[in-house]
Amino acid sequence: MSAVGPDPAKLYHRKTPATWWLTNRSYFLFMLRELSSVFIALFLVVYLCQLYQLSKAPDAYNAFTQKLNSPGWIFFHLVALLFALYHSFTWFQSSAVVLPLRIGERLISRPIVTALHVGAWAVVSVIVLILFLALKS
Amino acid sequence: MAPEKTMEPLWWGLFSAGGVVAAFLVPIHIILVGFAVPLGWTTDTGALYRIWWVKLYLFVLIVLPLYHWAHRFYFTLNDMGLKSISKLLAVLCYGGAIVGTFVTAWILLKI
Repeated sequence: MSAVGPDPAKLYHRKTPATWWLTNRSYFLFMLRELSSVFIALFLVVYLCQLYQLSKAPDAYNAFTQKLNSPGWIFFHLVALLFALYHSFTWFQSSAVVLPLRIGERLISRPIVTALHVGAWAVVSVIVLILFLALKS
Repeated sequence: MAPEKTMEPLWWGLFSAGGVVAAFLVPIHIILVGFAVPLGWTTDTGALYRIWWVKLYLFVLIVLPLYHWAHRFYFTLNDMGLKSISKLLAVLCYGGAIVGTFVTAWILLKI
């Protein structure tokens, strides 16, 4: 089957500058949301480095943990946390669109579905915290 | 003509699963690892990371968001005008996540 249509080489392409996402607030927020995945991944790589120290020796692990108590690392984790929270919130918002909830015939409004996700997130976070405190010793 | 088979559904599935894991679990872990332990709110000897099911949990916690990153970052870089090196970006992003998967498994098994 041969393709029917205009020659792609002859099509007009409007050039988009690399800074297109700075021209509009919602484009900028979109880019921040995309960037959140970078900071989440960076945090996980640092966490992995910490676990690698543990695989070498407990002393190395303790030294690494001590090193994280510096203004630079605290600032990094603060930025990572803000991006992670932004990811969580935007993810719950889009989940409400992708997975609409129904009770019988009635469609539950999106803000309520988002709020349910936030509630579930809070419960999961508390469970992780309790497990961490119970198992750490 | 048979439809072209692509890897897209696999990557999208991993992206989606990673997004869920990152949304629900990552913030509390940043608070614990980045603030609670370094600032002395609580102590941690690392003993809990030797429990087998904690290792399994950490594998999911670390690996799935890496695929989430790979998928998002790949498309973001394309959107920022790097479409001409799209193939190289795919190798670096998805390849990075695959390498990360093996490194994570290796470190967790070593603990």
